Formats: sequence, structure tokens, C-alpha cells
Amino acid sequence: MSNIRFEQIEGKSLGFYILVAGLGILVLAALGSVYYMEHHGHFVTGMSNRIVWGMPHVFALFLIVAASGALNVASISSVFNKKLYKPLSRLSGLVALSLLAGGLMVLVLDLGRPDRLIVAMTEYNFKSIFAWNIILYNGFFVVVAVYLWMMFERRMNKFSRKAGLVAFGWRLILTTGTGSIFGFLVVRQAYDAVIMAPMFIIMSFAFGLAFFILILMASYQWTNRPLGDAMVNRLSSLLGVFVAAVMYFVAVHHLGNLYLAENTGVENFILFDGGIYTKLFWYGQIILGGLIPMALIYHPVTKGNRSMLGLASVLIIIGGLIQLYVIIIGGQAYPMELFPGKEILEGYGGVAQYSASLPEISLGIGGVALAIIAVTFLVKFLAFLPESLADDVTGPHHKS
Amino acid sequence: MNKTLNRRDFIKTTSATTIGVVTVASGITLTTFASTNKVPVTNEKRWGMLIDTNKLTEADIDGMVSACQKEQGWGSELHSTGSQKPGWIKKVKVKDKATGKVSNLALMCQHCEEPPCVDVCPTNASMKREDGIVLVDKHLCIGCRYCMMACPYDARSFVHETLSNQKEHMPRGKGTVESCTMCVHKVDKGEVPACVTSVNSDAVIFGDLYDASSKINQTLKTVQSAQIRADLNLNTGVRYSGI
Repeated sequence: MSNIRFEQIEGKSLGFYILVAGLGILVLAALGSVYYMEHHGHFVTGMSNRIVWGMPHVFALFLIVAASGALNVASISSVFNKKLYKPLSRLSGLVALSLLAGGLMVLVLDLGRPDRLIVAMTEYNFKSIFAWNIILYNGFFVVVAVYLWMMFERRMNKFSRKAGLVAFGWRLILTTGTGSIFGFLVVRQAYDAVIMAPMFIIMSFAFGLAFFILILMASYQWTNRPLGDAMVNRLSSLLGVFVAAVMYFVAVHHLGNLYLAENTGVENFILFDGGIYTKLFWYGQIILGGLIPMALIYHPVTKGNRSMLGLASVLIIIGGLIQLYVIIIGGQAYPMELFPGKEILEGYGGVAQYSASLPEISLGIGGVALAIIAVTFLVKFLAFLPESLADDVTGPHHKS
Repeated sequence: MNKTLNRRDFIKTTSATTIGVVTVASGITLTTFASTNKVPVTNEKRWGMLIDTNKLTEADIDGMVSACQKEQGWGSELHSTGSQKPGWIKKVKVKDKATGKVSNLALMCQHCEEPPCVDVCPTNASMKREDGIVLVDKHLCIGCRYCMMACPYDARSFVHETLSNQKEHMPRGKGTVESCTMCVHKVDKGEVPACVTSVNSDAVIFGDLYDASSKINQTLKTVQSAQIRADLNLNTGVRYSGI
């Protein structure tokens, strides 16, 4: 693909500075929230001893999952040798690293003792999936950075495919680890399912690609660079397949749980009588985040329309956040089965209450803002974006 | 031969002396610290508790909770809401769905032989002593709360606010996780946990599960007892009879 020229964006327009300033304010608001929560303690949040992971975890895990998915575009090019996607590989790696940085920022700053990060990096319990994840996240930075270097440095180009293969393997293990954080919690009826690991992988495909498409379309629109239909339509179809796959895994997860008597309680809670969680599941996760985006992507009236693809991507992101809210918060809200065969009258039980406080939401949004600001800055300083992705540039290869 | 001491020699000499002093001193210090712990903790003991729910009254359980609060200094948090306040030990009332029998019991850390909290803790802050007591190292805890997600007994609490007037033997800290220590500071001195002392009957027996001559061992050989969530195979140190 010798006719692809990568070039930095100019980044001098008023719009650029407004974007950076806006995102910067969100990041500052997040840091202010962290100071407030850290200074007072977590009593100012909606979290409790029953809901120990709140809104920040929803955002953090969403961003971490999306990060590994954002790398997929590069993987398809490197690992599966699809030449159409090759011009997007650099941006794919950048979005992946940025999303991971945003996610980790939220995760770390929501710790009870964020000042002890050094302990988390030096004291490892290798039996803990959480400790594995710390290694996997840090390793992802290194692996993807090396992969980007192989792509940027002409002399190293010949190694980029191998580096891409390593990165692809790493991201699969990473998301398996993230899903397993829940999959190995045997005492919680909502989790304790091996399917969590592959489900998180397929969720990452959809969320990461939705993010990638939005960033791609916005950056080409705002810098007046040509972006051809061949590329956009291919990404759109891929997104549709990923969303369908997420829905398939969700269906298998819930149907499988319904079959097991011990899990019927929590399934009824999520699917039928769980109040806000049931509403979020059906209206938010399934309809808003699944069925509507699929209709927008595949319906003949909206198919091929970029605004509709943008809308579908936004809905997939919102639906993804809702999905993680239902999994993380809903899963904790449902009480553990402390005394099988007995009803707890006092001391424990009932559905735990949670409402996210403003600082928690602000911290989560700050993570998203950090990810976007990182992309915005780095495309100004390094040549991540091809100067043109018009059909006549990418077209000759789009069938391969 | 009279040699003047140049700068290099001076550094060499003083460095060697310093290293020597530090080595000897640290050896002395280590020995001194080690000697304060006269009885090392070994796996020859396994501390446990047997709670007889037929004998334990609701007033007994309230007394156990108060004794724990007084001993360890929790429960007077000013800002935390009800669900944020710590609960190292709590009164639980359960009803058998088939027979309707109601039982009251005290629920705290069950001091599992295979503690899920220890497995999941990324920094080794959650740990089990050789004698079976499960603790949190407050210096290593980063407040990730994964142990709370993994505990099957809802036994752990997160400190949601700044604390004051803490007990000398129980430093607690904002942003870390805590739970029942089985009053390890008393047990190591040959005493029994505060909650056990507060009960005036033999409804709660504390002792070494491995010691054939201990009351808890002998009682467990004769009465029917149960572990909470025995299906998880965690081999808890706290046992119950009458449920």
C-alpha cells in the first residue's frame, strides 16, 4: 500500500482548541472529584459495603474492554492480512492505548488508597486474577507501543505483522482476564460463569469498534480529509456482526443460567422483577444498545448513511455502559445465597440500594475525556492518520 | 611507613566500617524483634469457634456485637450511612423455608482454611496465618475491594471515612478493608476473643480445633455442627450447631 501517506493533523483551528479545552475541563472535573472523594473517603459516594464497585468501575471496565476491541482493526490487517484495514492500523493502536489509559485512570483513582499504586505494582499475588490483570494491562501498553513502532519505522515494517500477532494474542488474553474477574467469583449468583470471558471478548469487539468508527469519522470530517464509502461501509457491516454476536452471548448466558435452578433467582431479578435493573437490561442494553443499532446498520433506509452509523455507534457505547452497569451493579445488588433453603429475616439480604453520586459519574466521564484528549493530541504530533482514505486510494484492495 | 590518608582511602575505610556496623546492628535488631514473639505461629494449631444457636439468645448476640465494637473500636463512624458503616460481626435471623424454624446467629469472618479473599487479593494484603486466622495487612491493602466481592459471608467492610480515637492494637485506615481478626491480639496472649468472653453461657466456645483435649474439639466430636455454605468447601474455622 505504497500510495498511503500518513500525515499529522494541523491542530490549529478554533474547533481543535475548543475540543481540547472542553475535554480538559472534563478531566479536571474528574481530578477534582477524586480529590473530594479521597479527602472525605468513599462515604460521599453511593458505594457501600454491599455495592463495593460503583459507577467508576462501570466506566473503567467499559474503557478497558473497549481498548482491547479498538485494536481489532489493526489485528484484522496484520493477522488476517486484510489490506483494506492496513491504513487504519496506526489509529487503531492509538485508540486502543488511549482508551486503556482512560480506563486505568478511573480504576486506579477509585481505589481506596490510590496513593499505594506502587504496592499494586510491586506486590503480586499470582493466584489473583486482579494481579494478572495489572500485568496484562501494563504489558498491553508495551506490546502495542512496540507494534506502533514497527508500523511507524520503515526499517521495522517487516516485523509489524509479527508484532501484530503478539498484540492480537495479548488483547485476547487481556479481555479473558477482565471477564474472568467476574467469572471466577463463585459466590455471586450473577457472575460465576465461564462464559463471562468470551462474552467480554465479543463485547470488546463491538464497543471498541464503535469508539473507533466515531473517532475515525470525526477526525476525517473535522480535518476535511476524504473518507470513502468502501472503508466506512465495511466497518459498518463489521460493527453489525459484532453487536449481533454480543446479543447471542447475552442470550446464551441468561438462558444457560435459567436452566440451573440455583441461578433462577438472579435471572428473574435481571430479566423480570429487578426494577431498575430489569428496565436497564431490556430498554437500555437490548433495545437501545442492540436492536436499534442493528436496525440502523442493516435497514435499507438507513444503511450506508454515515450519520446513522454515527448514531448507531453512540447507542452501542451507551448500551455497552448500561450492559456493564447491569452486570457490575445489578450483580452486586442481588444478595448472595448465604443460607440455602433459608430465608434471612434480619442482618443481611434484600436488594442493595445504589445511586451513583456526581463525583463518581464525573470521574468516569473524565476517563473517557482523557482517552479522547490523548487521541486528539497525538494525531497532531505523530502521523497516525492517512491523508486520504478515499475509495480510489483504498478501493483497489477493498476486496482482499 | 607513614602513609597520609587520602580521600579515596578515607571513603574506603568509612564505607567498610559503616557496612560492618549496619550489618551487625541490623542483626541485633532483627534478633531483638524476633525475640519479642516468644511463641511462633505455626500450623499445629487451628483456632476456631463453635456457636450453638439453640443456646445463643438475641441478647447474647447484641452483647457480642457490642463487645467487638468496644474491643476493636469500630461502629462510631460519623459520616457513613447504615450500609457504609463497618460490620465486623452482625446479628442474623434466618427462617427455615420448609419448617419455619427461626434461628439467630452471630455472623463474622469465618476464617476459612481456603479463603477466597486471600486468593483474589492482588497485593497479598489479605492473608491467612498458619494458625488459621484470616487478616488484612493494612499497609498492603490498596482498597480495591475485590476481597469483598469474593467473600461468601459478607464479612468484610470498607472504611468509608477518616477515623479518630483508634485502639492501639487495631490501627484502622480510611480506604482499606477490614474484618473480624478473631481478636488475634488477645489470642496471641493466651486470651479468648472479646465476643466469646461477653457470652455468659457455653453458647460460644473458642479454642484449638486440632487439640484433642480442647473443649471445642471434644464438643464438635459429639454434636451435630455445620459450616455456612459448606458446599463451597472452604473448611471454615467458625462452626454452628442448631441451624
